[in-house]
Amino acid sequence: MPDLQEKAAPAEAERPAIAVSGLRRDYGDRAALDGVGFELAAGATMVVLGPNGAGKTTLLRILATLLRPSGGEVLVLGCSLPKEAWKLRGKIGYLGHEPLLYRDLSGRENLRFHARLHGIAAADAEARIEGLLVAAGMDRRGDDRVADLSAGMRQRLAICRCVLHEPELLLLDEPDSNLDAEGREAARELIGPGSGHTRVVVTHDPERFLPEADGVLRLGIGEVAAVS
Amino acid sequence: MTPSRVAFAAILAKDLRSELRTLQSLPAMALFAVTAFIIFRFGLDRTSLSGSLASGVLWATLLFAAVLGINRLFVAEREEGGFDAIRLAPIDRSVLFGAKAAALIVYLVALELVAVPIFAIFFLDSATALGPLVAVLLLADLGLAVVGTLISSMAVNSRARDLLVPLVLLPLVVPLMIAASGATEPLLALGGPGYHRFGTWLMVLGLYDLIFALVGWAVFDFLLED
Repeated sequence: MPDLQEKAAPAEAERPAIAVSGLRRDYGDRAALDGVGFELAAGATMVVLGPNGAGKTTLLRILATLLRPSGGEVLVLGCSLPKEAWKLRGKIGYLGHEPLLYRDLSGRENLRFHARLHGIAAADAEARIEGLLVAAGMDRRGDDRVADLSAGMRQRLAICRCVLHEPELLLLDEPDSNLDAEGREAARELIGPGSGHTRVVVTHDPERFLPEADGVLRLGIGEVAAVS
Repeated sequence: MTPSRVAFAAILAKDLRSELRTLQSLPAMALFAVTAFIIFRFGLDRTSLSGSLASGVLWATLLFAAVLGINRLFVAEREEGGFDAIRLAPIDRSVLFGAKAAALIVYLVALELVAVPIFAIFFLDSATALGPLVAVLLLADLGLAVVGTLISSMAVNSRARDLLVPLVLLPLVVPLMIAASGATEPLLALGGPGYHRFGTWLMVLGLYDLIFALVGWAVFDFLLED
């Protein structure tokens, strides 16, 4: 038995957090992604670059199990998509273009709702929510309706929502959008390279994110994706 | 996986809190029902209705008022990313179907708490039928809720949502409305409530509810796929 455990541990550690090969996604006759492939080690950061319409958001939504791939192989945290998507739910923190927050509820109410969906016990949830709101600089505005908040404040709340359930993998689409300097600093603390997460970051700001990258995926329109 | 009862309670509580705060559905539903009763009252030029006419006026009004609530049932999920949030959470997606149907039942009961007493004041000579009518209302509400939730979840992604919901929903609820009217007619008969075939119609309502609840539960997961 000890031998088996010793052999299993390195295999687990060596398994990439994400392994994608020949990924294709079609919208009708148009291929948004075609032949995309890359691997990302656990704890590493992949920055995804490309012009508008190159399929960056589509890639992120496929990795988040929100879109089904049209072809190719996608393995995320050991789960093959789309077949084993259900096993991944709760392990991914997704920060998209929309904050996924209800406008008529307050920030705290939204975070409590998400905590309950993720099965976090009420007492733990309250402590985590308060900690995140403080870290995001939103503790004083946490009881305001989301509809009454600025776009930057909504983004801060969305970041809190994204990490509330302590996911293993972060999928971040323009995480700094609408954030001021203080907000970017808070975001760096919660979802930055020091947060210990495996991360895929879609950005139009390579200068900001390339220093954090362990790998770069460049998507082009009608071009083969390049990994460096 | 998050226990289904926890997720169900979270979604239902969220929906009811949002509705209480914004009043986007209930006031419109109640206002429609009251306005329809006023139009019927003056249009038919009758101060008292009974039997099939009374039953028809009641159910036609409640059905079209319900459509207003059904139209808006998933709007927040679509416009504010609720679908994505629920698809990312470790929950059985069918819980969303159950919670939305439960929210719709609450809306319908609230609507009937306003509309049925007004109907009785406008058109009935006595309120003795209202007791047994509760059973018909609850069974019809369940049927409307499960079918309405199913259709609303399909229509919400369409720009023609407001057109699509009645277009698909109304033919599907014809059997439900026939059974509800059939059960209500003897209750509102001239000279006091009767119970001719009342039990049979209640069983038809129950069967309709069961079939569509099972269909909804089974197919809802697929409706949430991209």
